[in-house]
Amino acid sequence: MADSNISEAMKAAVGTETSRSTSYPISESDIRKWAMAVYWPDKAPAVFTDPAAAAKTVHGRLVAPEEFNPFAWAAAKNELLLTGGLPSRMVNDPDSSERALGIEGPGLKFMLNGGMICEYGVRMGVGDVITGTNSVGEYSEREGRLGLMLFSRGVSTWVNQNGELVRRTTNTLIRY
Amino acid sequence: MTVKVGDELPTFTRETGFANWNRYAAVNDEFVPIHMDDAAGEAAGNGGAFGMGNLQWAYLHNMLRSWIGENGEILSIEVQFRSPNVKGQTVTAKGVVTAIDGDVISLDVWTEQQEGTKLAPGSAKVKMGK
Repeated sequence: MADSNISEAMKAAVGTETSRSTSYPISESDIRKWAMAVYWPDKAPAVFTDPAAAAKTVHGRLVAPEEFNPFAWAAAKNELLLTGGLPSRMVNDPDSSERALGIEGPGLKFMLNGGMICEYGVRMGVGDVITGTNSVGEYSEREGRLGLMLFSRGVSTWVNQNGELVRRTTNTLIRY
Repeated sequence: MTVKVGDELPTFTRETGFANWNRYAAVNDEFVPIHMDDAAGEAAGNGGAFGMGNLQWAYLHNMLRSWIGENGEILSIEVQFRSPNVKGQTVTAKGVVTAIDGDVISLDVWTEQQEGTKLAPGSAKVKMGK
């Protein structure tokens, strides 16, 4: 077993901006389907499905659940800020983040979602266009029940078409 | 509603399995083999396919939204995914008030399975809707 899976090159990459995406305008249907999936089998609250009900809230319009992902299936524009390969969201490869940085990854076989930290700003709603910028966060590791576990973090900052912060998320990817 | 430290939030509960996970995969384009295929989940050391952390995350948001009301605000939330959500589990999102500072309410939040084992513990800050 390796003493550490965190190379000097990986440490040096922390803070690097890796990609930027701009969403298509968020539609009523996008919001409605998302809400139906996360509340299933119950009905989703009317604030996510009925524009008339949503108009009576402080938002004054149909807004998305806070955790809604406007980049899920496609983006209007994807910019790779690196030349090494596709960002991790686009391929099911545990080393894809390091490949995109042009450095060697640890070669671990499995990956899991380790957790998330999210600060919210303004809500996303119908018609909004979200721009998300992704950057490399800190690496750490510790022994776990499945061996030496590598924790790598990605920081994603989303703003809307007015430049207002929508959310800042730190995702932790566990590899082993 | 008067909120006090120690108050427990109304829970959000779902029976979990492919019916939930596939619907979530369909909206989040999360067709990852470990969530779709028992062999892939078993190869990853979890005995079979298991649910998305992102869906546990959504269930916690559902619980918080229901409590704070349509005009409330979720300011922040953080969660660790400690244990896999395997097929057939009854998953419940829970929360308890830990501190109140002006109109900002701090909470411990978590999901747990039917025997009380925590799957995704974390914390959140919210404002109640007016």
